[in-house]
Amino acid sequence: MSEITVTINGETVTQNVEPRLSLADFIRDHRRLTGTHLGCEHGVCGACTVLMNGEPVRSCITFAVVADGAEITTIEGFDEDEPMTQLRKAFHENHALQCGYCTPGMLVAARDIVTRLPDADEARVRLELAGNLCRCTGYVGIVNAVLQVLEERRV
Amino acid sequence: MGQFGIGQGVVREEDPRLLRGRGIYAGDVSLPRQTYAIMVRSPHAHAEMRAIDTEAAKSIPGVLAVYTGEDVAADNLGVPGMPVKWTRPDGAPMAYRPQPPLALGRVRYVGDPVALVVAETLDAARDAAEALTVDYEPLPSVTDTARTVEADAPVIWDDAPDNISALYQAGDPAATEAAFAKAAHVVKRRFVISRVFAQYMEARSAVGEYDEREDRFTLYADVQYPHRVRQLLAEKIFQVPEQSVRVVARDVGGGFGTKGWQYPEHRLTLWASRKLGRPVKWTCERTEAVQADEHGRDNVTEAELAFDENGKVLGLRVRTLANIGAYLSAIRNLLAAYTNVGTLVGVYDIPAAHAEVRTVHSNTNPTAPYRGAGRPEATYVIERMFDAAARELGIDRTELRARNFIPPEKMPIKTPLGLCYDCGEFAANQQEALKIADYAGFEARREEALTRGKLRGIGTANPIERSASPSPDFAEIRFTTDGTATILMGTKSQGQGHETVYKQIVGERLGLDSERMRVIDGDTDRVAFGIGTMGSRSTVIGGSALYRAADKIIERAKPIAAHMLEASVEDMEFERGVFAVAGTDRTVTLTEVAKASFLPARLPPGSEPGLFESATFAPEDDTYPNGSHVCEVEIDPETGETDIVGYWVVDDVGVVVNPTIVKGQIHGGVAQGVGQVLMEQVAYDPDSGQLLSASFMDYCMPRADDFSDIAIVSNPVPTARNPLGVKGAGEAGTVGALPATMNALLDALAPVGVDDLPMPATPHAIWQAIQKAKSAKN
Repeated sequence: MSEITVTINGETVTQNVEPRLSLADFIRDHRRLTGTHLGCEHGVCGACTVLMNGEPVRSCITFAVVADGAEITTIEGFDEDEPMTQLRKAFHENHALQCGYCTPGMLVAARDIVTRLPDADEARVRLELAGNLCRCTGYVGIVNAVLQVLEERRV
Repeated sequence: MGQFGIGQGVVREEDPRLLRGRGIYAGDVSLPRQTYAIMVRSPHAHAEMRAIDTEAAKSIPGVLAVYTGEDVAADNLGVPGMPVKWTRPDGAPMAYRPQPPLALGRVRYVGDPVALVVAETLDAARDAAEALTVDYEPLPSVTDTARTVEADAPVIWDDAPDNISALYQAGDPAATEAAFAKAAHVVKRRFVISRVFAQYMEARSAVGEYDEREDRFTLYADVQYPHRVRQLLAEKIFQVPEQSVRVVARDVGGGFGTKGWQYPEHRLTLWASRKLGRPVKWTCERTEAVQADEHGRDNVTEAELAFDENGKVLGLRVRTLANIGAYLSAIRNLLAAYTNVGTLVGVYDIPAAHAEVRTVHSNTNPTAPYRGAGRPEATYVIERMFDAAARELGIDRTELRARNFIPPEKMPIKTPLGLCYDCGEFAANQQEALKIADYAGFEARREEALTRGKLRGIGTANPIERSASPSPDFAEIRFTTDGTATILMGTKSQGQGHETVYKQIVGERLGLDSERMRVIDGDTDRVAFGIGTMGSRSTVIGGSALYRAADKIIERAKPIAAHMLEASVEDMEFERGVFAVAGTDRTVTLTEVAKASFLPARLPPGSEPGLFESATFAPEDDTYPNGSHVCEVEIDPETGETDIVGYWVVDDVGVVVNPTIVKGQIHGGVAQGVGQVLMEQVAYDPDSGQLLSASFMDYCMPRADDFSDIAIVSNPVPTARNPLGVKGAGEAGTVGALPATMNALLDALAPVGVDDLPMPATPHAIWQAIQKAKSAKN
């Protein structure tokens, strides 16, 4: 067991964890924040994407002990965040989700795109989103939603 | 039309909670005192188990139990049972070969469950699973479908040395023979439709709880059919009254037909919970999911199409080997093989047809419905055949199809494979699809692409699918004393947006605002009855039941309204949530009537307080969603890489309740169909039978940069087979996408001499096909 101190969605917690515990399982099973979803457990579907010190990370292949001293933001921690508010509205308006399982990771990835690449065009958006799998939508609504937010933020 | 009625693309009710991570999926369920289960699975495709040593596993701290097949067998759990009595080609009865929840003696595929470990923590359970040792004697295995029936193929079941489970036939062999005898031209082709897996983003979970005080089981799981799971567990597996089992499914992270009702983990978590006196939670990871779950498709088909001298089809003959995997546990394992054989004739007026399906066993996971469940396979065959015939006959593909469409005035029509199509405008669908895709301008685009070194192709397909087969479903509307309505449904959403669609139906009929309704599904204790969600049936059957329940509410509320307005029942009119006395301005809203219904003083004398109604609906016949797809691709002959440069769909799903949701269904369906053609595959090593694609690294699926936009135009022709006029939309996209995409690839490659491609047509496969065609030319 190793002691870690992590700030999740503004709340600082100190806890003993097994070295093999993933950040995703720490978030879900130890902190009961079940909005972070596991899709592949090896970093290729993006469903578990969270922010660690402001950067998107795959929480399934990040050990909890690596997050010692870090600030983590999960899907439950964005309610006051402007780009996320815009994205949620755009996802809703563009039918960018069906089962909703990939959505939390997709939103965190989309937030990264709209804040990092203000001039991204559709091809770039599609390339940037290619790290996140969705099995329901064919990506049509997701791409349109991200493009809509990029447009809104340019005005 | 109300503010929230039928036909409006209103935004979804489900979204706000899912966008904030507030969904409750099966894996999110945790119960007090819960324990953690890990399934130990066979690493061999085929082996005899000589011994299982559980001692080391049991000695790991925190381990509560290690169960093997013998422990389960000792408790005499039942089996799902097999309602159909088919025969083998030699006339002998089809053998029922249910999968034991934990294997006994022999394992028959990579992933066959062998042991169940339960521990205080997931880590302890994992450690114990690793410490468990099984002494296996590997046996020869067969995974490839065509190989299963070769004379020297390894045998899966000793009592079926040819590996054939059963023979299913449809149509008239003699009439078909006669049609072929007078044909001017016969086209023959062989198609291999690959094995794929649904790969819902949420891998399955099950939390089983046995409550000794109530002598009752509760299963929390992501299933599409809560009531069928309950029925199976109660009646067949545990042999207890149905009230002794509760099944709860909340948000489901995708199902696509494959989150079925007979999975061993459902009964095992409940059984272990009863033994241990604590809840047992099992959560599947991705690699385990590909080993544990049912797979989809996987058949080899030989087809022949007979034409007269004018390009009119005279007859169709189809012979299929359908790989059902190692076991035959439930009728689910046969559904994809036979239920949609009837649509092999497509949207075409074919006088005679005969189809034979041989279901075969192999050392692979059982197969079962996956988005389309035989519909994409059938449409793939007939639409590939039309392209092949057009090439041989020298007639344009779309013209050859046009010569053979069933015209609207000929419907209803009984097809030679036994189905009765009721309506559809097949020629108009194709015409519109060709128009929006600018089919006429394609040759110019092909030439332009060639100047950039690219091979451009266009493919079409005119899918039709049998949907919403006649089985009942249930809806209930309960008003509360404040006049709000709770809607309880026997179907189970897995992301289709049922909450929204059902509210729209009630909004249309009863004029209630969205905020005054709540939709509940997925709980056998709260919803009286249900079959579930599969086969594009929920809006058709559940929606129609709901529509009827709404009608009953109006009838029940009418005398109360009349009493409140001091008028006679005959003079009452109802529109958009308001009762009015005909020819006057005296009105009362349904909400006011609902509130009053609980107050005896305000009711007509002798009436019963409250406002609750339920209804079921079972259609008399199937519905037939149909449409026309056009796919345009560009292939780089140097790398074999394919770009989907355009995709167009004209769909007829009948009356469209929510156009936004229908488009979403078709977008997603097209993506899964294109995925199967270009990249997806459950792959096995032919020698060892090892599963080679049990991760998202090895099982390739469409990503955002693999697609362009998908354009959709509706041509709804309402069906008279249900009160809403809807036909079903869940599978339509996939059904058309398989043939349209493959036809586009083959059109692109025809100029370089390629006339067939394997599925999936990966860049490597396409590049190889091009090289092969080149060397054949030289």
